[in-house]
Amino acid sequence: MTSEDDKIRVLIAKVGLDGHDRGVKIVARCLRDAGMDVIYTGLHRTPDEVVSAAVQEDVDVIGISLLSGAHMTIFPRVIELMRDADAEDILLLGGGVMPDEDVVELKAMGVAEILLQDTPPAEIVATVKRLVEERGPR
Amino acid sequence: MVSDPTPSCEFVADVLAGRTRAVARLMTRAEAGTDECRPAMAEIYRHTGRAHVVGITGVPGCGKSSLVTAVTQAIRAEGRTVGVVAVDPSSPFTGGAILGDRIRMGDLVGDPGVFIRSMASRGALGGLARATLDAVDLLDAAGFDIVLIETVGVGQDEVDIVRVADTTVVVSAPGLGDDIQAIKAGVLEIADLHVVSKADRPDANKTVTELKQMLMLGLRDAASWRVPVIATSAETGEGIAELLAAIDKHRTHLSTDGNLADRKRRSAEARTLKIAEDLVRRHYAARRDAATDALIDQVSNRKLDPHSAARQLLGTLNSEITS
Repeated sequence: MTSEDDKIRVLIAKVGLDGHDRGVKIVARCLRDAGMDVIYTGLHRTPDEVVSAAVQEDVDVIGISLLSGAHMTIFPRVIELMRDADAEDILLLGGGVMPDEDVVELKAMGVAEILLQDTPPAEIVATVKRLVEERGPR
Repeated sequence: MVSDPTPSCEFVADVLAGRTRAVARLMTRAEAGTDECRPAMAEIYRHTGRAHVVGITGVPGCGKSSLVTAVTQAIRAEGRTVGVVAVDPSSPFTGGAILGDRIRMGDLVGDPGVFIRSMASRGALGGLARATLDAVDLLDAAGFDIVLIETVGVGQDEVDIVRVADTTVVVSAPGLGDDIQAIKAGVLEIADLHVVSKADRPDANKTVTELKQMLMLGLRDAASWRVPVIATSAETGEGIAELLAAIDKHRTHLSTDGNLADRKRRSAEARTLKIAEDLVRRHYAARRDAATDALIDQVSNRKLDPHSAARQLLGTLNSEITS
């Protein structure tokens, strides 16, 4: 299902009580500059809102930025809601500051990739493109 | 997990049953512009025409997204369902886009009676994206009662919305321009309803007065629609109920004086022409061969005039497009 207008769609969200959105805005901008359509939801979203928006927007990727330390609560909830919404073909990515052992656990739960705070912008773009390509058309 | 994509036609029944995933997926297919989805979209089109399509337009930052949110909440309070298609600009340099209309629509998310779709303009001029109307069709066929189209922030001349919406709302923010701006041609002329947003600001009254004075300069007979000027504040909720009542009243007005059929026909015409134009561009871009290059060279060398070349080009493309 490819064509010249077949763009990667990404939903970028800040979930929970975390008011730091500078990083996520830079990520949104990088993905835009790589030619993607980036939907930014703004601050303080709930997992419910994120998944329901992602389904309506039919995005390829959900990117959740978390600097609050709540990742081990929020990601499992998002994954559960994605399963309920039959939306497991959407790739879930996490970004922010998290301990390495949590990264291992999150990936085992089904988060496609965690991009930590020192990830260069080009690598974020490359990762999104690679994961979408690996998933294939849908 | 790579599998063959589901054919578009298999989504049609689910769209008609109002299933979110199917509606969303077909929107993506229509936006990608593949020929594969066309038979499905043709079937969808047969089930449209029921929804009240309302266009919301205005300059960047005038408060369109906040107004859409407030109006949607008012419509939902009455139990009717709402689809929203919000268009934001694509970067002319990279083709990418940041779609931020949802930031102000956070309160609407999670309500199954509201479907919001963000769409990048992808270089289309006129304030809409090429696939905007496909998205509107899908929401209409899925049973949403009112479909709101939020255009990109427009300048003075992007008036495509008036050709496709049943009701066009033009939003002006206070404090932009003097009363001469208000009598210029363009966006202000297309309004079925004027909204002055941010009415909680002190200079809103002046803008309301200027718009009302502009409208008084126009001639109209007793039976024609009187364009209201409504001051709203998404912040305090002022004017939102009045605006929704005016939107409904406009629809009733259209259906009683027969203008609704006129508008629908005008919309069908504009849409058909636009698609024909896009088809010509697409086929030209895909074909670019020695023959078309030679034709352009002749124009460039002043051996052939552009008009005759265009006619020749249409002759060549014609057989391809219609086959």
